[in-house]
Amino acid sequence: MTGGAHQVRANERQRANGHALRRQQVAWPGNAMNVIELNGVTKVFGTGRNELVALSDIDLAVALGEVVCLVGTSGCGKTTILNLVAGLDQPTSGTVATRGRTALMFQEAALFPWLTVSANVELPMRLAGIGKAARRARAAELLEMVHLDGFGKRLPHQLSGGMRQRAAMARAFAQDADLLLMDEPFGALDAMTRDSLHDELESLTRARGLTVLFVTHNVREAARLGDRIVVLSPRPGRVKATFDVDIPHPRRIESPAVSGLAGRVTERLREEALVHARS
Amino acid sequence: MLVVDNATDANDPGIDASVISEPVELPDSHEARAARRFDARKFGRKLFGATWPKLAALTIVVLLWQSVVWWGYKPRVIKPPLDVWSTAADLWQDGVIPETIRNTMIRIGWGFALSLVIGVAIGTLVSSSKIVRTAIGSMITGIQTMPSIAWFPFAIALFARTEGAIRFVIVLGAAPAIANGLINGVDQIPPQMLRAGRMLGARGIKAYRHVVLPATLPSFVGGLKQGWAFAWRSLLAGELLVIIARKPSVGSMLQQYRDLSKYEEMTVMMLVIFTIGLLVDAVFFGTLDRAVRRRWGLLTD
Repeated sequence: MTGGAHQVRANERQRANGHALRRQQVAWPGNAMNVIELNGVTKVFGTGRNELVALSDIDLAVALGEVVCLVGTSGCGKTTILNLVAGLDQPTSGTVATRGRTALMFQEAALFPWLTVSANVELPMRLAGIGKAARRARAAELLEMVHLDGFGKRLPHQLSGGMRQRAAMARAFAQDADLLLMDEPFGALDAMTRDSLHDELESLTRARGLTVLFVTHNVREAARLGDRIVVLSPRPGRVKATFDVDIPHPRRIESPAVSGLAGRVTERLREEALVHARS
Repeated sequence: MLVVDNATDANDPGIDASVISEPVELPDSHEARAARRFDARKFGRKLFGATWPKLAALTIVVLLWQSVVWWGYKPRVIKPPLDVWSTAADLWQDGVIPETIRNTMIRIGWGFALSLVIGVAIGTLVSSSKIVRTAIGSMITGIQTMPSIAWFPFAIALFARTEGAIRFVIVLGAAPAIANGLINGVDQIPPQMLRAGRMLGARGIKAYRHVVLPATLPSFVGGLKQGWAFAWRSLLAGELLVIIARKPSVGSMLQQYRDLSKYEEMTVMMLVIFTIGLLVDAVFFGTLDRAVRRRWGLLTD
């Protein structure tokens, strides 16, 4: 698939000039509305007897400013999709194209333990060559935004799990990214902390018109946050269903609309699991 | 049958919005900062708490030593602590102890510096190249298991009785430990941390500077500590075997006093060796090690 390889390389180039991209000077192969496009993406790990087809023929498009949640049981290749979109891995076949700068957030905060919270938030700006005073001011601003003002001088291990995820969120925003990729970012948190982070993420992304690709196995979380929910089947990962969410914002996770949708998505997932168990 | 994780979650009862808040921790207040400022009295109490058990243990050891003397076991060799103490004072006044310590410390300083350079070079090579790792990775540990004294016949044959022979054996003892510290540190970096670094824009040399090197530091400092212990043992073995004229060192004097049957002086030299080893290993490297571990969140007190 030389065409695919070519586009992937073009994608790398695009990423290299983040700013030029925003002005859309680089030719975009996909639909003008979309900022992420996966076409016929298949990903195979290993060879021979150890061969594992993680993703099979995935088509997925995310439009500018859209929040798309990928749900599925473990082993359905959700993280693999994020890695491909983030450019950390290459598809076996098919094409992956993204527009704009990308930030990635993990389940574990992945803050650097030797840096203070503020230095962690400053790091992407430091790597981008932004001056000390400017990045310090911006970090303070971002920490205030995630309600961590006053904690800048602490070390990550001195914070609670929820606070670490807030800091990671501030660090992701410090990249000034257009695309936010989130890999079960709130999976390890208790329900109440998670709920307050949902509120925060909702208001921040809506205020900035960020595009979010959010991976979770928590259906309620997906119904709470997403504009669209994409259900994946496991082994190999395939897109099985798509739910458009038209519940108005701000949402509450306990609202009947969110619960109802979560129920329908869960039903669909259960069917998938049964089909998978029978096969 | 696959379990859909969210099934239970979807049936959760509604969460009361009024109780939704994170456990609140107060940010840096004026009081909190003041509390963290240096407090001489508190420091003194902490220091006393840390030292008195050590002093008590030392007293017991000296008492045991004295009782062996009273008992009269091999009085020709085992001298009373007080005699040893006054001999130590004399040797200090005569300048013997300061000179031997100076010569020994200069020697190990150069030896350790050389080990550091070579150890870091080897460690970097091995951790960054698969071929080099396959070739010499296990050999590094192999060299480390070789008792340093076993190298001396070869070292003396190569360099005769010179500083070079001692330095050679120090490097063979310490460099592998330092290299291994670095290699293990690089191996133990969580892949997620490297991925996070890449996503934040740390690629190539920047990834080394901002992610790999700091992530390796705790293990590297551990390697330095171990390297020091190996260097110190190699050096002492070297100073006992390779006597260099007009350059008295703690090792050579130890040997000389034994040859002259000056057992008070010999005991003093042993105490000097013990003290230097303890100070550098426990106080210097130990403190460094703990400071790094605490900062990295690997040590909770």
